[in-house]
Amino acid sequence: MKHMFQALLLISLLVLSACQSMDDKTSSPSLYEQLGERSGIATIVEDLLYLIVEDDRINEQFAGIDVRQFHTNLTDQLCELSGGPCSYSGREMRESHADMNVTDTQFNALAENLILAMEDNNIPTGAQNRLIEKLVPLYPQIRNL
Amino acid sequence: MRRIARALCAGLLVLPVSADLSANTGSRLWATGGVTSIEGSAGGGLSPWALLGSYASDEEWGGTLTMSRAETDDYTLSVVGAGVTWRNRIELTLARQTLDLDSLVFTLKDGFGLEEDELVQDVFGLKVRLVGDALYSPWGQWSAGLLHKRNREFTVPDAIGAEDDSGTDFYIGGSKLFFAAVMDRNLLVNATVRGTKANQGGLLGFGGDRNDSYEAMFEGSVGLFVTRQWLVGSEYRQKPDNLGFASEDDWWDLFVAWVPDRRLSVTAALVNLGDVATMEDQRGAYLSLQASF
Repeated sequence: MKHMFQALLLISLLVLSACQSMDDKTSSPSLYEQLGERSGIATIVEDLLYLIVEDDRINEQFAGIDVRQFHTNLTDQLCELSGGPCSYSGREMRESHADMNVTDTQFNALAENLILAMEDNNIPTGAQNRLIEKLVPLYPQIRNL
Repeated sequence: MRRIARALCAGLLVLPVSADLSANTGSRLWATGGVTSIEGSAGGGLSPWALLGSYASDEEWGGTLTMSRAETDDYTLSVVGAGVTWRNRIELTLARQTLDLDSLVFTLKDGFGLEEDELVQDVFGLKVRLVGDALYSPWGQWSAGLLHKRNREFTVPDAIGAEDDSGTDFYIGGSKLFFAAVMDRNLLVNATVRGTKANQGGLLGFGGDRNDSYEAMFEGSVGLFVTRQWLVGSEYRQKPDNLGFASEDDWWDLFVAWVPDRRLSVTAALVNLGDVATMEDQRGAYLSLQASF
């Protein structure tokens, strides 16, 4: 049993170090590039908005928003988060969600729609995961926790 | 066998019905309900995780139905299970395990004069999510649970030295998904500590001539999401060794789970149960089907 455990540990260490050295390569495309730069991100956000409108779990939270402004802000935000040359000029996350009482269900629904929008645009799994990783720290701000 | 066939038919009937009735299977992200362990609670195959079953998020109900089967060199274990989860807070589960003794039948007949050919156990499970979320909390999700187990036939466990025909395991577990952790893939890590007196999970009764008190056992697993539909990984479960009749080994497995959408998951595994009741080196295959609603 101990051998099994040691073997597993060794394998995970090897895999981790392999990833480390892969990250070091400067030739690999950045997250921003993998998302299709600003125009690619704008398309993803547009598809996301269509999914939100259709989704009864969350569409009420978006009722009455300025869709054009929201699209620009979210595109800028994802562009900036992914390392692109944009700057988000919208309100602070905590401030803009303060009165929305966003539930866990709604947060999950938005995450699901974002993933589906990325899949529709053939974003590779690794890039999807890296973008979600950057968004997860916003969870307490959006849920006002 | 007939019982299993009946459960299978019921399961197959329920599947399309539940798919029809509820367009919404819950909002938690794909595969975050884990699969159903052989003891009924959400987890891997062998060990309960801190994740709760189904996809019920904080405003929702959800449930699961499961059929599993493990075939090793000398045994066959069949499990049917069901569970409900309330608001991603409380999970209630039921499982019936049937162990076909296959070759052990002869040992029991010659050694003990027993005619039993199967062992049956019911497991009632309760799990509560204490704090955190496996995806969104930096420190992951932590849950506590209990598994109350009752042997339906105690003749065999009694004959080989088990003290009780029922027992309760208590456990606390943590689960955490690390995004883009390995080759930009998401890595799920689970650790569980269980207090137990169960022999071979309880199928051979509880407590024994060698030891009749609770012991803390460690269980752990890692799984890598190759895509959001495919999870590959490994589990390990430490076990007590209470019976003088035969030594008991730790369990481990290598698994692959396919979660095409929230309604269905299929898990296949290579399991190694070690020595089980005098039968040495029990290796085999495990297959589990789960429907969520």
